Amino acid sequence: MSELESEVGRSSVPGPRTGAAGTAGTSAALEGEVFLSVRDLRIHFDTDDGLVRSVDGISFDVRRGRTLGIVGESGSGKSVTSLGIMGLHRSHSARISGEVWLDDDELIASSEDFVRRQRGRKMAMIFQDPLSALHPYFTVGAQITEAYRVHHPVSKKIAKARALDMLDRVGIPEPAKRYSGYPHEFSGGMRQRVMIAMALVNNPELLIADEPTTALDVTVQAQILDLIRDLQKEFGSAVIVITHDLGVVAEIADDLLVMYAGRCVERGTAEQVFEAPQHPYTWGLLGSMPRIDRDQTERLIPVRGTPPSLINVPAGCAFHPRCPHADVPQDDKTRTLRPELREVGSGHFTACHLAQEERTRIWTEEVEPKL
Amino acid sequence: MSLLELNDVKVHFPIKRGVFFDRTVGHVYAVDGISLKVEAGETYGLVGESGCGKTTLGRAVLRLVDITSGEVVLDGTDLASLPDKEMRSMRRRLQMVFQDPLGSLNPRQNIESILSEGMAAHGIGANQEERREKIRAILAKVGLPSNALSRYPHEFSGGQRQRIGIARALVLEPDVIICDEPVSALDVSIQAQVVNLLDELQEELGLTYVVIAHDLAVVRHISDVIGVMYLGSLVEEAPSDSLYAEPKHPYTKALMSAVPIPDPVVEEARERILLTGDLPSPANPPSGCRFHTRCPWAQPKCKEERPQLREVGDGHRVACHFVEDIESGVLQIGTDRAAVVPAARTEDAGIEAAAAKAAEAAEAAEDKAVEEKSASVEATDSEAAETDSTESAKDSTAQGA
Repeated sequence: MSELESEVGRSSVPGPRTGAAGTAGTSAALEGEVFLSVRDLRIHFDTDDGLVRSVDGISFDVRRGRTLGIVGESGSGKSVTSLGIMGLHRSHSARISGEVWLDDDELIASSEDFVRRQRGRKMAMIFQDPLSALHPYFTVGAQITEAYRVHHPVSKKIAKARALDMLDRVGIPEPAKRYSGYPHEFSGGMRQRVMIAMALVNNPELLIADEPTTALDVTVQAQILDLIRDLQKEFGSAVIVITHDLGVVAEIADDLLVMYAGRCVERGTAEQVFEAPQHPYTWGLLGSMPRIDRDQTERLIPVRGTPPSLINVPAGCAFHPRCPHADVPQDDKTRTLRPELREVGSGHFTACHLAQEERTRIWTEEVEPKL
Repeated sequence: MSLLELNDVKVHFPIKRGVFFDRTVGHVYAVDGISLKVEAGETYGLVGESGCGKTTLGRAVLRLVDITSGEVVLDGTDLASLPDKEMRSMRRRLQMVFQDPLGSLNPRQNIESILSEGMAAHGIGANQEERREKIRAILAKVGLPSNALSRYPHEFSGGQRQRIGIARALVLEPDVIICDEPVSALDVSIQAQVVNLLDELQEELGLTYVVIAHDLAVVRHISDVIGVMYLGSLVEEAPSDSLYAEPKHPYTKALMSAVPIPDPVVEEARERILLTGDLPSPANPPSGCRFHTRCPWAQPKCKEERPQLREVGDGHRVACHFVEDIESGVLQIGTDRAAVVPAARTEDAGIEAAAAKAAEAAEAAEDKAVEEKSASVEATDSEAAETDSTESAKDSTAQGA
């Protein structure tokens, strides 16, 4: 964690952490070790309307065997972050800076070819909408086999055996029959399983799931989340789950990162963030969500206003126009100075100008009783 | 008398086949015999997974799809048998708020034009000036600035667009508003704003809502009574709090237990009932209880006989033969399960048969897709559901194997 504390010091972090990180695959010995380390990642897009600051300086680590949940509303930059890690933005008009350390390699400065060889093998992604992420003209078997053969020089026969094995493992009944089926012949849940099989066929050590269950019904969502958890246990991989649903995060994540307007406003373990959330935006998210296990309360407590445009991010704290406590600090810094992430508990960070005592007071006296 | 009453409403879509002759080869049983009552001033929530027919039911109430049989009684008038012309004027009293706010607002009309069109059609307000005044008042109620009048839908954010959709329903002073997934396209923080707005409007104007949604937490929050749908029929209906406190139907239990709760501590302790497989095809629904193919408590009787909704105390209606036994613990998960899905359980013959059946269903779905391109959304839905059947048939066979 030591680099995390010093992350404010921008890209001064010297790269790979513990020296022991060999090339050996996932094993119990490596569990808990930092596998992905993102430092001050910025992804901006030049558009006719101006510069879109989709991701504006975020840093985090993901350890082997742990799941990081990235939470935020649409337009908060969570998907752009994941595409940035995967190196899927380079050919566009994106301006990328910062560092992405995958195991021992820094990806932002690496050649496109190098990143392509990592993609799929060391890191893989599950997309939100499997129907548009799968190719409609090819059978699912062909698509999974291709993903395997790109990284492994094996015969079609061996690759097919591997694909069948994967289909079986993600719980697709009769893999031999379904192997030659086309994506449109599968139901939503089954398609998502195919996507997961394709992502895992090369035993990636990092799996990024971008809204993996948003398009699915709750009963199917439960099946898919179960599957991701089981497979993570089996492979010991590091997982990032991107979602807007705090319920999903509570179910699956060990660590949590809350994003707002391209920035990280709060980060900590799931227990820390849910038990003692620090940032007013996190409070807002918790207050906005109706909960199934609660009696009908009077009203939800929504966040007022709408998320800002990423071209015109408010100065100072990006959340201040919507924050009910923006006027609490006496000076004008909420409107002029961008708050840096500060540690408020072991490994629990927040970017807020409110003084610690003040924040604790507001949470325990004003916000928590109403939730 | 209830404000809105549905009696055994059925909506079946024919599946046609053939190039020259439109042979009807079967039906998609999208809504298959639903009876319910909505009291004035309350909110009735309809929940269910995609493909269960909840949207079709909502549209059937407004007669936006043809009702195959049954009655939709609004304030003493049966809408199902009303001539088209009279139905059109009845629609003033029944309005709908759609899921996708951008898709349901004409991009070339400004807000004033969108909102006054319905008023003019129903003869509300003597002239445009009068209508404009009324629209201004409604816009203020839904929290939009009055300068919105001359703006176009693309100039608004998602939450604001949904407010426009709500205003469009409100200007006609309807008795019942049917909200089809009113917040599912919105961000979490905006969702809460719209949910609160619906609550406030109901209090202020005494509106009656039918809310159709897949998000159980949202439905619980705004509904007084909730009906749970599965494959075209109601499986359970109860007052909101009692449904969530004590779900009785196995499907409701599974549905509730699948909703994740934003609190890791509660989440850890939560008991879950995982359903296997997908929704069967509404074109070829299972015999007997529609849920027996996925029900962990299924008994031989469930395959034979279709359970009717029956009262089991304090306004709780359930369609299950064995509610009491499940409740008392006499029936445990898995008891006699083998007897229920024998085809899937035993040998290869069963698998072959299931696969053949599934292939047939898929084929039918494809044919239909070609022919009914112009058909309504429901048709596409059901097609997707049919493909699902391929899965579920195979799913169950695999469990057996």
